[in-house]
Amino acid sequence: MADQKKKKLTPVQQEYQQLAQRHEPKRPLVRNFTRAFFVGGFICLIGQGITELFIRYFDFTEKTAGNPTVAVLILLSALLTGLGVYDRIAQWAGAGTSVPVTGFANSITSAAIEHRSEGLVLGVGGNMFKLAGSVIVFGVVAAFIIGLLKTLFTMGG
Amino acid sequence: MRQGHQSWVFPSKPVILGHAAIGGPFEAQGPLAEDFDTLHGDLMIGQDSWEKAEKVLLEEACSKAIEKAGLRKEQVNFFLAGDLMNQIISASFSARTLAIPFLGIFGACSTAMEGLALAAQLVDSQAADYVLAATSSHNGAAEKQYRYPTEYGSQKPPTAQWTVTGAGAAVVGNKGKGLRITGATIGRVVDMGMTDPFNMGAAMAPAALSTIETHFRDFQLPHDHYDLVVTGDLGKVGHAILSELLPKHNVMVPLQRYIDCGKLIYGDNPNVWSGGSGCGCVATVTYGHLLRRMSRGDWKRMLVVATGALLSPISYQQGESIPCIAHAVAIESEQTGE
Repeated sequence: MADQKKKKLTPVQQEYQQLAQRHEPKRPLVRNFTRAFFVGGFICLIGQGITELFIRYFDFTEKTAGNPTVAVLILLSALLTGLGVYDRIAQWAGAGTSVPVTGFANSITSAAIEHRSEGLVLGVGGNMFKLAGSVIVFGVVAAFIIGLLKTLFTMGG
Repeated sequence: MRQGHQSWVFPSKPVILGHAAIGGPFEAQGPLAEDFDTLHGDLMIGQDSWEKAEKVLLEEACSKAIEKAGLRKEQVNFFLAGDLMNQIISASFSARTLAIPFLGIFGACSTAMEGLALAAQLVDSQAADYVLAATSSHNGAAEKQYRYPTEYGSQKPPTAQWTVTGAGAAVVGNKGKGLRITGATIGRVVDMGMTDPFNMGAAMAPAALSTIETHFRDFQLPHDHYDLVVTGDLGKVGHAILSELLPKHNVMVPLQRYIDCGKLIYGDNPNVWSGGSGCGCVATVTYGHLLRRMSRGDWKRMLVVATGALLSPISYQQGESIPCIAHAVAIESEQTGE
């Protein structure tokens, strides 16, 4: 794909792009990966802690504690987004904060806050899933295909 | 009057009678804070949306520039303004408040100099006595329209730039005391096939080169004619690229005299990545910092080259590359001997 795009460029454009690339500061990949690994892990650690709390003090089982744990994480993420802190943590942590469920909550909350000025229905309602929408759509599509495959294979076996 | 292929020379040398710069909280922490007329501590500026806040910034800049020119708004013949918002609402809504006959213009971040060049042309051709040229940008409003919601946690690469929250305005007149506009070069759209909206500096640098090269050719000026050549918002990345491109194309502008507003406005703050951007960047730095220093006599001749990336969120998503433009305006202080 990238090569195909390059072919359409004139030699002058190609030459310039090479020059521009030399001036592009490198993304600090090792630092980004390390931070993402530890922050992502830390969020999971918090999640595990919350699960343990639910099991120990609120009579949940390992199976039923999952849903309230996710709800608490979503609440925390939404709160941090509303307070204007989440995006700052995310600039530092990168994928560490966007991959876990907290990132999903942040994408919905931030879009809802941003479009509040355009009204509740068309603003908040219409835009809240602007970013999260595609995650939901492709999540459902992927689940459907996997479900279909599973059914096919179990039918044969 | 046309000069060369795509430039204007202004024999009457229209005067910048008043100029003003308004900034937001982040600009107030920058090294140029002293040069703003008004700085706001609140990004919302007491309004209930980013868009309304941007409109207030622009209105304030206009009123301040008219006031500093010693005029009343009824005396201003035309108002030329533009901004980054869809349908240039900040400019149109400010024009509603000001009630000055209005021409909306769009050149993305090059709007500031597009407006100033046109204002000088109108005054020079006696189509107007006083023209107000202004532009604005707002970090929240621009992020919302071009990228993600402001509170969305996405990591930006080191080539990204920070949209300036600010507005700048200038009143150009046919007589009076002040800095004078001697010429302008209208840029052509240059597209080097760059597609990364998080690397605008690299996309816009060739447009700046094209305009600077043409300016010197059209006016047949030596490359060291200006005490200062300023680009709009190329940032650190674009500044480095243009510094390499200029000598490569035999435009021997002394590189120590070449600066970039996007690099100046926030100094070395690492949180803005490559530097400042947006219509407000070149507008506030020029109408605040640079013109003030020129009035103090720090420089006699200056060429301001405002650069603009003419993309939209839709064009980018449809895989289009980023077309860019740059307009140059030459400003001289009165002391310059003819």
